[in-house]
Amino acid sequence: MATSGMFGNGNPGALWTGGPVPGQLHNFPGVQNGATKGSSQRTLNPVVMGSSVLGIQFNGGVVIAADMLGSYGSLSKYRDCPRLLKVNDSTVIGASGDYADFQYLSNVIQQQVIDEECLNDGFGYTPKSLHCWLTRVLYNRRSQFNPLWNTYIVAGLDEDKPYLGYVDKIGMAYEAPSLASGFGAYLALPIIRDALEKKPDMALEDALRLIDRCMKLLFYRDARALNKYQVAVITKAGVDLRGPIVSDTNWEVAHMIKGYE
Amino acid sequence: MSSIGTGYDLSASQFSPDGRVFQVEYAQKAVENSGTAIGIRGKDGVVFGVEKLITSKLYEAGDNKRILNIDRHIGAAVAGLNADARHLVDRARVEASSYRSSYGDAIPLKHLTERVSGYVHAHTLYSSVRPFGVSLIIGSMERDGPQMYLIEPSGVSWGYHGCAIGKAKQNAKTEIEKLKMKDMTIKDLVKEVAKIIYIVHDEVKDKSFELELSWVGDITDNKHVLVPPEVFVEAEKYAKLALEESDDSDDEDL
Repeated sequence: MATSGMFGNGNPGALWTGGPVPGQLHNFPGVQNGATKGSSQRTLNPVVMGSSVLGIQFNGGVVIAADMLGSYGSLSKYRDCPRLLKVNDSTVIGASGDYADFQYLSNVIQQQVIDEECLNDGFGYTPKSLHCWLTRVLYNRRSQFNPLWNTYIVAGLDEDKPYLGYVDKIGMAYEAPSLASGFGAYLALPIIRDALEKKPDMALEDALRLIDRCMKLLFYRDARALNKYQVAVITKAGVDLRGPIVSDTNWEVAHMIKGYE
Repeated sequence: MSSIGTGYDLSASQFSPDGRVFQVEYAQKAVENSGTAIGIRGKDGVVFGVEKLITSKLYEAGDNKRILNIDRHIGAAVAGLNADARHLVDRARVEASSYRSSYGDAIPLKHLTERVSGYVHAHTLYSSVRPFGVSLIIGSMERDGPQMYLIEPSGVSWGYHGCAIGKAKQNAKTEIEKLKMKDMTIKDLVKEVAKIIYIVHDEVKDKSFELELSWVGDITDNKHVLVPPEVFVEAEKYAKLALEESDDSDDEDL
């Protein structure tokens, strides 16, 4: 037999150990290679996602709305996902993006609110301070290349003045009298801005009608939206979380749409 | 004291020949120097009352509270070294928070009691640490009704219907025993608690004090809070009136 040969062992010994191997990266002895040792993979994709959040200031308060769909890719997997969180009697946040990240941050915020309440010193989160804190958390996470995959809209009353703040997954933040995240930023925000321009001093009823119109529009045009949403109204009287609200829809023209079969 | 000079009281990690740990007993003495704190468990909740002694007129009113929140649903009344008490309450808050983060629900009072008393007990075992000079009454409204526990500097804990710690604990216990607390609502109990604190207060030795009252039960939506001002005023009025009446009858006896 050829392999056993006259030396009696089955395998020829390796010609060269510890040296470079053809076709593979070589690690020089004593040199740490980041690609194989120090690095790790982060979650780079969101999983269950929420779509738009809308927020509008009106005369005496703020409304914020989000539908209740948790999308798994293009699958409408969960239809009972609340995406608004009442933080205290003057603050509500709404979240777009990864639902697990939102749940994680909700738990963190709720525990911090309890810690605050325990001190019993009359201080607590204001929408402004919570918004600021969110920018720090989200910016810090993106700086570690491990972002929380969300856009948050913070709504509330700060010293009796309406407050609306936006912050996204890289920590980019701003305030505005009307805000929208997700597809709402493209589909609903122009309509909200137009309405606010025509009637800057909206009453609550006007704002709720506008929200309903925009949520319906998002349901028609955003394939990750659901016709079931919650609205939180924040006024001096506190937070009124309403819903789920299901709007009347009209599909009479649906049969005329051609070309997507 | 029999312990002094024997050398057996220098460390919490050493027994005396007759089986005592003097450092723990000294810690209990620290509690007995403090203003009285009581807790009563009624049929629909728990009420706490504290006699906070004011040692100087220069202090701002309402500071250094001795009734504290551990979680939304758990209250604590403390007696002893205030700084030790705050550390222990801080620790209890961490326990409550950690339980919520692990199990997504509020910590059961019995569980919290075991965690905190274990922590207190650990400080009676080593020569490198000093036991806590604190007794802690904790109470809450659990799913199956009100509960209240007392944690002592030794790390021992018991469940109670009514308990008292601090200076006048003996007198306070005698007063508490007169009540049929198992049939009483916390609305009625809060007045009795105020009355007991006023009765046991020693006007001669300790001049002024601040009354602290808190409750947790059905009417507070199972949250532990200091009693609202109107309830406080009413309870204090009831306490002062009861005290005056007993003073009058004392005068008649003379």
